[in-house]
Parts: sequence; C-alpha cells; structure tokens
Amino acid sequence: MNQYPLWKNLLVVIVVLVGALFALPNIYDQDPSMEISGTRRATVDETTMARVTQALEKAGVEAKGISAENTKLLVRFRNSEDQLKAKEAIAKELGTDYNQALTLSPDLPDWLSSLGAEPMYLGLDLRGGIHVLIDVDMEAAVEQAVERNSGDIRTLLRKNKVRYLRVSREGETVVVKFNDATKRDKAEQLIHSEFRSLATAMSDGGGDYYVRATLKPAERRAVQKFALEQNITTLRNRVNALGVAEPLIQQQGDRRIVVQLPGAQDPTKLKEILGATATLEYRLADTEHSVQDAVNGRVPPGSKLYYERNGQPVLLKKSVIVTGNQIIDASSGIDQRSGQPMVSVRLDGPGGNRMRRVTNDNVSKPMAVVFIENRVVTRMVDGKPVKHRTKVEEVISIANILEPFGNRFQTTGLDTSEEARDLALLLRAGALAAPIEIVEERTIGPSLGQDNIDQGFMSVVIGMVLVMIFMAVYYRVFGLVADLALSMNLVLIIAILSMLQATLTLPGIAGIVLTVGMAVDANVLIFERIREEIRNGNTPQASIQAGYAKAFSTIIDANITTLIAAVVLFSFGTGPIKGFAVTLAIGILTSMFTAIIGTRAVINWIYGRRRVKALAV
Amino acid sequence: MQIFKKTTNFNFMGGRKLALIVSGAVILVALASIAVRGLNLGIDFTGGTLVEVGYQETVDLPKVREALAAEGFSDATVQHFGTSRDVLVRLAPRDDADSSAISNTAFTAMNKLVDGQADLRRVEYVGPQVGDELTEDGGLAMLYALIGILIYVGIRFEYRFAVGAVIALVHDVTVTIGIFSLFQVEFDLPVLAAVLAVIGYSLNDTIVVFDRIRENFRKIRKGSAVEIINASLNQTLTRTLVTSMTTLLVLIALFIFGGEIIHGFALALIVGVVVGTYSSIYVASTAIIMMGISKDDLMPVEKEGAEVEENL
Repeated sequence: MNQYPLWKNLLVVIVVLVGALFALPNIYDQDPSMEISGTRRATVDETTMARVTQALEKAGVEAKGISAENTKLLVRFRNSEDQLKAKEAIAKELGTDYNQALTLSPDLPDWLSSLGAEPMYLGLDLRGGIHVLIDVDMEAAVEQAVERNSGDIRTLLRKNKVRYLRVSREGETVVVKFNDATKRDKAEQLIHSEFRSLATAMSDGGGDYYVRATLKPAERRAVQKFALEQNITTLRNRVNALGVAEPLIQQQGDRRIVVQLPGAQDPTKLKEILGATATLEYRLADTEHSVQDAVNGRVPPGSKLYYERNGQPVLLKKSVIVTGNQIIDASSGIDQRSGQPMVSVRLDGPGGNRMRRVTNDNVSKPMAVVFIENRVVTRMVDGKPVKHRTKVEEVISIANILEPFGNRFQTTGLDTSEEARDLALLLRAGALAAPIEIVEERTIGPSLGQDNIDQGFMSVVIGMVLVMIFMAVYYRVFGLVADLALSMNLVLIIAILSMLQATLTLPGIAGIVLTVGMAVDANVLIFERIREEIRNGNTPQASIQAGYAKAFSTIIDANITTLIAAVVLFSFGTGPIKGFAVTLAIGILTSMFTAIIGTRAVINWIYGRRRVKALAV
Repeated sequence: MQIFKKTTNFNFMGGRKLALIVSGAVILVALASIAVRGLNLGIDFTGGTLVEVGYQETVDLPKVREALAAEGFSDATVQHFGTSRDVLVRLAPRDDADSSAISNTAFTAMNKLVDGQADLRRVEYVGPQVGDELTEDGGLAMLYALIGILIYVGIRFEYRFAVGAVIALVHDVTVTIGIFSLFQVEFDLPVLAAVLAVIGYSLNDTIVVFDRIRENFRKIRKGSAVEIINASLNQTLTRTLVTSMTTLLVLIALFIFGGEIIHGFALALIVGVVVGTYSSIYVASTAIIMMGISKDDLMPVEKEGAEVEENL
C-alpha cells in the first residue's frame, strides 16, 4: 500500500526538527548592547573588561551581561536608556583608543547560540541605516600611476645623464622628447630594462625624437585592482573609526564599493568621512625665486605655486619630502604653545629617515604643510554623465625648521578642532588610492524600518491564513495536510535564511508572501490529479499513488523555469532585488520538499496502512 | 468543495480568433501608451533625490510645496505617501549642490513647517550613471531570463512550445508594463523585480498546461490537435484557477497590508497573475496551434517503435 520507507519518514522528521531549531532564534528579543573593539593602539583584554565593569558601576548602570567575543567586548543592557548612559561612561573611561558601537544582539539561551544558530540578518530597509554605493575613479588611478612613472623616468634619465628635452604625459602615455636619435635609443633601452611594467615605442618627426611609454595591459589591470583593494581597506578603517556595529564594506562589480551601516543615522557626516580624500604633503619652500614672478605666470621649473588659506601666494619645491601615505598614526589635540588645534603625526621608517635628513640639511629654512583634497562630481551635460574632478591644494602652515626632527612631529594651521580631529582620523585610516564618488545613497530611518517589519509580517500572516482557509475548505483533509506543509515551508525558509545569514529585505518578505501563494500550487496539482484518478474509477490508494506520480514531472518543470527567473534576478540584482531573488529561490526549493515529500509522508500516515473507501479530497 | 463538479468541456480554442483580436488590441494599446506616454520612472532609473518625512499631524501639501520653493526647489514633486501625515518629495538632480546638501536643505525646510520634530523616514539619492546602468541591466535581465526559458522549454518539450511560452511571456510583460504606463503608476526597482517574477509565474502556468498537452498528445489517439489542446485546457482549468486564486489572495493581502513602499510591486504582480492566467489558456496554446503543432511532433522516438510493433 502507500507507505514510505523508514528513511524517508526519518528524513522528513529530521528536516523539520533541524528547520525548527534554526528558525527558533528569530522569536527571541534583541537586547540593546554595545560592541567595544580595539584600535591600532590598544587591544581588548581582561583589563579592558575590568575597566568597563568599573566605569559602569561608577555610572550606576547595570549591565545585563559582559562577554568577550574574539577581539571584541559585548556589553548587553536591559533598555536603550541604560545603553546610552553606558556609552557616555565607557567613552569617558576608554577614550579614543577603543571604538564603541551601539547595536542590538539577540538574547539567545546558551545552548542555542552554542549550536551556531542566529536570527535572520535584516537588511537596512528593515532595521534602518545607511547604504552608500561608491564609484572608484579607475581612470584617475591609472593617470596617477602614469604620473608617478613620468617622475621616475625623469629621475632615471637624469641619474644616467641622458639629456632630454621634455617629459610630458599625454593621457595614459608618458612622452619623452629628445633632440637626437642616439640619446633617444639609449633612453629607450634604459626605460625598457628598468620599468618592466611599461611598454615602449619610438617615433620621430619634425627633427624631434620621441619615446612613448605606456602601461602594459596586465599592469594597468593590476594598478586598478590595487586601487580598488586599497580603497576598500581605507574605507573599512574609516568606517570602523566611526563606531558602527556590523558595517558591511564590499566590492560590487569591478569598480564599485558598497558600504552599509545598519542603525547609522547621519548620512552627511558619513559621506564627509567616506568621501574625503584629505591628506597632507610636506614640502620645502622655494626661497631662491620670486613669488611675484610666479604669480605673473613665470613659475620656475622644479617649483610650484600654492596659496595659503588666507589667499597669500607661496612658492614651494616640486619634490615632496613625505606624503600622507607615509603617516602611520595621527591624533588631534591643542598645541600647548599657541593654543591652536593641531595634528600630531608619526611617520613610518623610510618617511622618518627622509624627514630627518631633509630637516637636518635645511635648518632655519621654511617648510610648508600642504592640505590636499580631491572631489569628483558627475553631472549631466547634454544628457550624458560627465565627471568633474576638482583638486584643492592649500598651504595650511609654513614655518622655519628650528631643529632637525624625525618620525614624530606636530602640524598646526587648521581652523577648528573638528577639522583637526577629522584630518587625524583620515590620516590614521590611510589615504584613498583613487578618488571616489558616491553614486547612490539610501538612508532609512528606524521608524520606517520597524513599520516595514510590522507591515511585512502582517501581510505574510494574513496572506497565509487566507490561503490556509481556502485550502482546508476546498480540499478538506488533504487541504489541512497542505496547510501543515505550508507552515513547515515557512519555518524552513526562515531556518535557511538564518543559516545562510542571507539578508532579509522588504522585497524579500514580498518574495516569501509570493512563495506562500505559489507553494500550494504543487499540492493543487497533486490533489487535482488524485480527484481525476478517483473520477476515472480508480481505488483511493491507487489514486494517491498515481496523483503524486503524474504530477511530479509537471511540478519539476514548472518550478525549474521559475528558478531560472530567480537566478537571473539574483545575478543582475542590487541589494533589495537580490533579497527578493534569494527568498523566491529558497522558497521554491523548500516548497518542493514540503509539498511533495512532506505531504506524502503525512498522507501515507493517515491513509496508507488501511483500506480506505473514500478520500477526503 | 469543487469549482466544477466534473471535468469541464469549454471550447477554449474555438474562441482563439477572438482572443487573438483582444490580445492584439491590448498589446497595441500597451505599446502605444509606452511609446506616447512613456513610463513614470522612479528615481532608481532617472537619478535624483527622494525624501520621505513623517509628521506628527496632518500636513497640507501646498504649504510643503511653498516651503520647498522658497529654498529653490520649485520643481519638486510633493505627495502624501500612505497616510496624510507622511510626505514624499522628489527632487531633480541639481548642478549647484551635492546630494547630501540637497536632502539636508529640503528636510530643514520641511521641518520648519511644524512645531514638533518631523521624522526623516527615508532619503534616497541615485546618481545619473547608476540609473542608466539599471535601465540597461533590467532590460538585459529580462532578455536573459527569456533566453534561459526558451532553451529549457526547447529541450524539455519542443521548439514550438518554447516559442509559444516566450510569446505568452512577452505578452504578459508588455501588458503589465503597459498598464503602468497607461495609468502612470510609478515604475521603480521593486516593480522591475515584480515584472521579472511575473515571467516566472506566468511561465509556471503555461508549463502546467503544456505538460498536459504533451501527455494527451501521447495518450489520446483520436481527435485533432485543437481538440486535444481543448481537452488539456479543460483538465487543467481547475488547477489554473485555484492556483491563481491562492496567489491573488496573498498578493491582495500584500497590497493592502504591506505598506505604501510595496504597492507598486504588489500591483505589478496582481496584474501579471491575472494576465498570466489568461495568456496560459489563450495566448500560449493559440501560438502553438498557429505554428502547426501536431501529435507526431511529441511522440517519443522509442514509443513510435513500440507502436509499430503493436500495429503489426
């Protein structure tokens, strides 16, 4: 008769139990809590824990629990009021050496969290937060690399005493001009053997001889890959310094970076910090030439004209002593002597050595600090997007070198303490390897997030209850079995989403609702077949057998084609669409299991062992 | 309970000429509307800034418009969103300020209108290049989905079935988009997702019908292709209606209770399911008849051999 082998029954029971177990974390409440993590200057250890405990005691805040997790400390509170009070107290105690982030963490019993079970990961549209899509200016990254190369070529030719007329950059090509062919040939050989990354070509015309050096395609790709990776690292450092729990920084496509900050609410501040390309350069002033001549357009070679913040022109040497890339640590404060905001800086080994050598050789000569900022904005010109790049270069301080110094020193000349603080943060986090532009931004307020959860949950429940009533009325016992399968299907979808930690978004919930409607389709197909078989005069048991067997291939075909659509959606989709595709795909797979194997197990259990005169279908 | 006490015997294919005229007319209207009126594209596609503000009390839209115009946003579209306390503002991209400045200025102006603190519920900014890419990717995604389906159905059934299924899909997608164009309902990213889901749903329906047609072609010896297709449509009719009904039940729940953000999404699916149900009966089957499908096309090679033996 209609009976499943033991293993199939066991399979259904095990899947249901495991599913229920992993779906379970979603019904627990979330505690307001705080994550404390170390920075480059400090790590989280037992002393940190003791300090935090003490600070909380002093502030009169009772923590629900403090636990160390990897390199982080997680402090739970009973309510968000305690959480805010504690943030103040802990920030005072630990200072800027530690990052603190407010978050929510589920209050799971130990046995459940030890299994690795976690609640679903809610997308920003459900929990509130900021989503930013960043475009990395790859063309600028390549141009910067070419610019560096042209400088290196100049140095190489000078070192080898090959006289050239001019080194210039034409787009992504370095062009070196000579007045005779032998010098040109020698230079070409030198460049060819010294720079493996460049492809060289020679040409002549109008009595001049040229070497053209371009980046090899592989090198060009490497430059872009590096720029993207470096930018991701830098953005991660910056975001961590902002103190947001569970930030997501991820590459998307071949030139975009997604930054998602759950719970964050101040997009303006975030964009300032993310998008800032502010960095410092230290240069010697050119005291041998007239500034006035330079202002009138006669800038001496080897020097460049800059302006101070008050508009005063300054002539500086082109060669840089150190750049922001060589700064490994920076902090802000107030200068003891002048009372001005200052940034205190520490350089890496080579940078420190160079600074020591240059300052030693130039005591009592003026040195300038240049503040550099790149901005990119895309605007529509005649219906086409055009990138506008602007570079701000300002001299923020210029002072005589009193005595030689090495890898630690201070810079003043900033307008406000806040500017000093932001600049220190940027210097600490490292510079961006290529300018970036924010091309998409979505901020969801916490109230909207909660509304979305409530409304989404409500529509799932109402939709499901309607379908269940319909099925029970229309197919009676079989309908109730289908309803059971439908509930199991929902539990399995939630369990798999929790296990994969896939992001649940509002369209994702819509995907679940849609699956609920379509999941019963398999059962409708089976039950209609069973009715047909009975109408054709078959026995109840044979009808069940035939109904399931005949509907099977139809169900598979219908679901695979829907799955194709889901996969296409996933591969093309951005955030919210992906969420929809994921739940749709998971829902199709789980519904096939529950609607075919699950219902059959129950139907067999109800009707399988005995003689049945009629089926309640 | 049953919709029909016994297997029905409607002559669906008898009305296929009428269906052809109706579908053709509807498609023409849809295409004409898309060409003339275009789509009311959301900022996901056009680029721009969107700000949703929640007030404590009801707020008048003209006042909001005035306040925004005073800040130089005279071209802003202002509307209530869901309730009369919620206001949604769309701002076109501006040359003289970046996105964060735009949304900040707009919110500050809107906040000044009331005594209490207004709640900044949502800010969305989409750059012009992202919108362009999305339009392109969306079109490509639809194309890929159709090609994938064409191949799968072609392998599992026969090429005429594949073409028939794709014609039905194109029909459904065109009508759904056409309705969004005709009534100028906003077409945003979730709606695009819904249209792609319509492809999945409508196909599901069509495949079930095709499956039965294939089965009957092999099983029923007598009768013309049209008769067999008619029988197949009648046999699957209850299932088609029941599944459409359950899907519509959840979609209506989603439309009513899912909140304003999901309205367009739910609407696209509701339209898609209704049209998809019609097209799996009329469009897909009509298409395969017009392409001259016959029993021989679906006889598996081995079985043909077996039959020959029987006849001997």
